[in-house]
Amino acid sequence: MPDLPIILAGVINGLLAGGIYVLVAVGLTLIYGVLHIINFAHGSLLMLAMYAVFFLFKPPVGIDPYLALPIVTGGAFIFGYLVYRWLIGRFNHGRDENILLITLGLSIVIDNAALMFFTGDIQTIDVPYAGRMVELGAAFLPVPKIISFFAALLLCGALGLYMARSDTGKAIRALAKERQGARLVGIDVDKLFAVSYGIGIACLGAAACLLMPTFYVSPTSGHAFVLIAFTTVVLGGMGSFAGAAVGGFIIGITESLGGLLLGEQLGQIGISLIFILILLLRPSGLFGGKG
Amino acid sequence: MSRGTLALCAAGLLAAILYPLVVRGLAGAGVGVSANYLINVGMLVFFVAFIGQSWNIAGGFAGQTSFGHVVFFGTGAYCSTILHVTHGWNPWLAWPVATAAGALVGWAIGALAFRAGLKGSYFALITLAFAEVFRILANSVEFTRGGLGMLIKADQRPENFQFRDPMWIYYLALALCVVSLAIAWQLTRGRFGARLVAIRENEDAARALGIDVYTEKVKVLALSGAMCAAGGTFYAQKYLYIDPSIAFGVDKSVEMLLVSMVGGAGTVFGPLVGSLVLTAINEGTRSLASVVPALKNVQPLSLIVYGAMLILIVARLPDGLMGLFGRRKSGKRHDA
Repeated sequence: MPDLPIILAGVINGLLAGGIYVLVAVGLTLIYGVLHIINFAHGSLLMLAMYAVFFLFKPPVGIDPYLALPIVTGGAFIFGYLVYRWLIGRFNHGRDENILLITLGLSIVIDNAALMFFTGDIQTIDVPYAGRMVELGAAFLPVPKIISFFAALLLCGALGLYMARSDTGKAIRALAKERQGARLVGIDVDKLFAVSYGIGIACLGAAACLLMPTFYVSPTSGHAFVLIAFTTVVLGGMGSFAGAAVGGFIIGITESLGGLLLGEQLGQIGISLIFILILLLRPSGLFGGKG
Repeated sequence: MSRGTLALCAAGLLAAILYPLVVRGLAGAGVGVSANYLINVGMLVFFVAFIGQSWNIAGGFAGQTSFGHVVFFGTGAYCSTILHVTHGWNPWLAWPVATAAGALVGWAIGALAFRAGLKGSYFALITLAFAEVFRILANSVEFTRGGLGMLIKADQRPENFQFRDPMWIYYLALALCVVSLAIAWQLTRGRFGARLVAIRENEDAARALGIDVYTEKVKVLALSGAMCAAGGTFYAQKYLYIDPSIAFGVDKSVEMLLVSMVGGAGTVFGPLVGSLVLTAINEGTRSLASVVPALKNVQPLSLIVYGAMLILIVARLPDGLMGLFGRRKSGKRHDA
């Protein structure tokens, strides 16, 4: 058993990682909450956004990942909007596994297209501030992780405010609660579905920008995040914003402490176990309403 | 089964039996083909059709879509390999034990998931999580040798489940495939299969008819798990090596799902048709890559095509490629 300060450091590190998970999960939970679809392509789309950040950073463009945030986020929104309009929206009918299978098909296409065009090599970007650390007790915290943590929370807060206050946000929330009713009061349902999917994917764009300074990307990067994102969302309750936020932190800390106490390999098991246990025991999540 | 279908099956089986002899003959006559390579490709078609059928029985006939079927495959592969390598069992003896282990894991996952009432996407996701748990465990514990994987000592004797001549492993794969087809065919005729289809089409209605939905679903997952585990042992004995990402990685799960969905989920011949098409596309892109140097990275193209086919088939052709063949089979899906 490691000492208390080391555990504390693990908790802090987990919290920092959790900030990004919150952002990724908020996108997933928004899509689920409004569209009632499980977006299995979430990890693959995140991977794609990470490649976008990578190529924007490399010459000849050379944009810092943080400065690229508006570009990649906007691009991801448009991409998500179009994916919904051209693909998911057309086929979003029938059994609920159908859309899961369609988004699985989409993720197979994206993963292998990435493999074909970008090769299987692991890519990283070297930002000058990557190695900078802040000392906090026993914890040495990389500055980019601190930046990404606060940026992720800021963005989630801004999105929450947007959903709460703006007309579009109100319409989307109305849509999530009552589809037919929303249609009756004149809300353009199909357009708002596409916008919601776009916002969900935009969250991934932002997350990619915040991840890349301390992470790597390869065509299989999405796999690592798929289960994390689903676990976060299921933990907090599918469709719940606040749940996704709390879930993200719990998952971040679980992962960090799991690695610390059980070692690099076995430590990853915590996330899958949480996922299984929540589904078996409390499928509505910690904060969900009815089961 | 109509007389025409029966004749077609007999002709197909005869062709499959003659295939190795024909490619050997062609190679012997100086046609520029590598007989062993082609026999190996044929073996893969039947092997993938076999594990695809194991997916199809749960995912297609009973409608319990799984994203983590590899959990059974890996269980079988590891179980027989550990018994053989660590405990010195004969692999032929270890095979039925591995198959039983697959049934046990299927029963356990089914009992947990179906008792909790998980269905649809949630069932798919929890199977994925189980596969991930098994992968991480195989990576971490001592008796699987962790990430190093397990090597089976080459000792090419038939009584050792290893064959010097690839023709015999081809015939073994063919036999497995025929058995799986017989099981699936039985499902289209028997009461068990009818109950599964009823559950797939409408669980509440099935329950109202007096079907014990929970028990039937657990049973089918155990059956499916047993078949898939048998495939795992076959794989381990063919390649003489397994590691956690081969045995429990997401690729095999997706492969099983793809061949069934594309060929036609819930149809007897769907997985075989899907496996044939997947292999054809695979070999096509492979030879394209070897002939045109500029396209040497084209290998992933086959999976891109397959992903796209999955989308189209789920959206437009719920009976898969089998749906293109004349009248719809009795095991059809009524949704979408």
